[in-house]
Amino acid sequence: MKRFTSLTSITMPLDRANIDTDAIIPKQFLKSIKRSGFGPNLFDEWRYLDHGEVGMDNSKRPINPDFVLNDPQYEGAQILLTRMNFGCGSSREHAPWALEDFGFRAIIAPSFADIFYNNCFKNGILPIVLSSEIVDALFAYQGEIVINLEEQSVKTEDNIYNFEVDAERKRRLINGLDDIGLTLQYEDQIRSFEAEHFKKYPWL
Amino acid sequence: MAQTLYDKLMGAHVVREQDGATLIYIDRQLIHEVTSPQAFEGLTMSGRKPWRNKANLAVPDHNVPTTERSNGVSSISDPVSRLQVETLDKNCETFEINEIQMNDIRQGIVHVIGPEQGATLPGMSIVCGDSHTTTHGALGALAFGIGTSEVEHVLTTGCLWQSKAKNLKIEVNGDLGKHVSAKDIALFVIGEIGTAGATGYAIEFCGTAIENMSIEGRMTLCNMSIEAGAKVGMVAVDNKTIEYVRGRPFSPTGKNWDLAVTYWKTLHSDEGAYFDKTILIDATLIEPQVTWGTSPEMVVDINGSTPDPEKEDDPVKAESIRNALNYIHLKPNTSMSSIAIDKVFIGSCTNSRIEDLRSAAAVAKGKKIANSIKLALVVPGSGLVKQQAEAEGLDQIFTDAGFEWREPGCSMCLAMNADRLEVGERCASTSNRNFEGRQGQGSFTHLVSPAIAAASAIKGHLSGV
Repeated sequence: MKRFTSLTSITMPLDRANIDTDAIIPKQFLKSIKRSGFGPNLFDEWRYLDHGEVGMDNSKRPINPDFVLNDPQYEGAQILLTRMNFGCGSSREHAPWALEDFGFRAIIAPSFADIFYNNCFKNGILPIVLSSEIVDALFAYQGEIVINLEEQSVKTEDNIYNFEVDAERKRRLINGLDDIGLTLQYEDQIRSFEAEHFKKYPWL
Repeated sequence: MAQTLYDKLMGAHVVREQDGATLIYIDRQLIHEVTSPQAFEGLTMSGRKPWRNKANLAVPDHNVPTTERSNGVSSISDPVSRLQVETLDKNCETFEINEIQMNDIRQGIVHVIGPEQGATLPGMSIVCGDSHTTTHGALGALAFGIGTSEVEHVLTTGCLWQSKAKNLKIEVNGDLGKHVSAKDIALFVIGEIGTAGATGYAIEFCGTAIENMSIEGRMTLCNMSIEAGAKVGMVAVDNKTIEYVRGRPFSPTGKNWDLAVTYWKTLHSDEGAYFDKTILIDATLIEPQVTWGTSPEMVVDINGSTPDPEKEDDPVKAESIRNALNYIHLKPNTSMSSIAIDKVFIGSCTNSRIEDLRSAAAVAKGKKIANSIKLALVVPGSGLVKQQAEAEGLDQIFTDAGFEWREPGCSMCLAMNADRLEVGERCASTSNRNFEGRQGQGSFTHLVSPAIAAASAIKGHLSGV
């Protein structure tokens, strides 16, 4: 997994609440059996004016000039700034895959849906929860911000905002640790739990 | 100390705790073709093997055609969809995982076949790369959706890292009115608390309306818990649960059955257990529900109207009402029952079980769908549901009324197969999400119960029974 320590970038302001994973990556792109290449179809229905299908040359499709991802002033932004309950709906990990493939490494919102929030950490993306008031302030702010995961801080020119993150998730993200490898360190403990579990619940 | 059902289920599966993270043992993983290929690829690349093959049960459901498919996988005309189903078949063969293949009579939507096969049992920890895994909580199981990285993690380690959710009790008391179902309770609750209303919580549904509800109704309710953002949705085990599980292919037998029943009877919240939050709902006040917008929380009574953003004080809410009405091509203060529809979909992991089909058929019996309806689909949740419905003559009732009777699968709930809405088409749907483009780009979805879907098909517009 990609490490995340700090990040300096402008933000992409996507001013809308309750953005669901169907909007982040529509279902037709879920037919892929790969983990990569979803970036060009991130927010497909909002980003393009035609109907997107697998295998299209996305560079030739008509883009929606009113959608913020197509606004040249935000080009290269690695931080997505958005509203409450981001990532609700389907559990599709294709959503963080598409965000990461597009170039986002952090997302700031007042709240996230549970499964999406979890999926971000598996893909080197840092989801940051800040209060609605701070998110409002960041929407109004122009310029680069600095995210420091070790310090759990978001810095603008004039302000520092601190955020919460689970200690274990933070450790894994900073060190780019592989979850499965870590869990398998406890293989013996899992085996002995399992033996007891099946003794107690023999019908399983 | 008095424990909640959720605390008991978590407690029974804790392998290890560190820094606020809990490693829990997973008894059952259900697998489908959309969220598993990259997980199996991970196993191949790392040279790892499944931890315990028997923990897993796979079935293709999202991409399968609901039309004639006797030629098997080659019946899938879209090559990308076909490859995904073929990849599942191949992975299950390589990794020796039990798979119910597309043309097996037992095939169906993963959340229908789990309980139907007895692969879902009370007390189990159950995961699937699918958000509607909350369905299985109806049987007193700890069940939730996960992403593909976690599918790989469970395949490889038999375990999953979790943080503990808070406890939310939703108590629904009183008798439901005529033609008011579990789906209406689900939509009503989401309308009350919002799509993030239960984020971070494990919901336990209880109260007399839940006690009186069938297991299938409980599945509908728990299924939609995720639309309120909940980690899990559960109902305590009672005699109905035990009778439902009895005699199913994966269910225990003999001495193990007796042992299991003794344990299952303990799967309820203790008297005086602490809930972080409690919500009381009066079932007698719930009318049949219908969504008007692009989120399941945008819901009103079938006799209600679309909201007026001018009357909303909160500017963020007013804006989302405007956006939703704009997308769905409806004006403020429009009576829901005046809204004409083009298509009707009865199916999905929310509402495709035998009881759902009976409820729709009871409304459709002896009637005809309106001439203006372009397509009315009935898609049973599994081959066994289909068989049962046919034995009861429900297929005949539907086809006589002008509905199409299809093969089982996820179908038009998310339109990954060929069943979809075209741009500008409006649908009364028994599925679970009315997000923009969910049933087809530029299409409009109104979520309803099976009875309301059938009534709307007959009238040609959204309608009560």
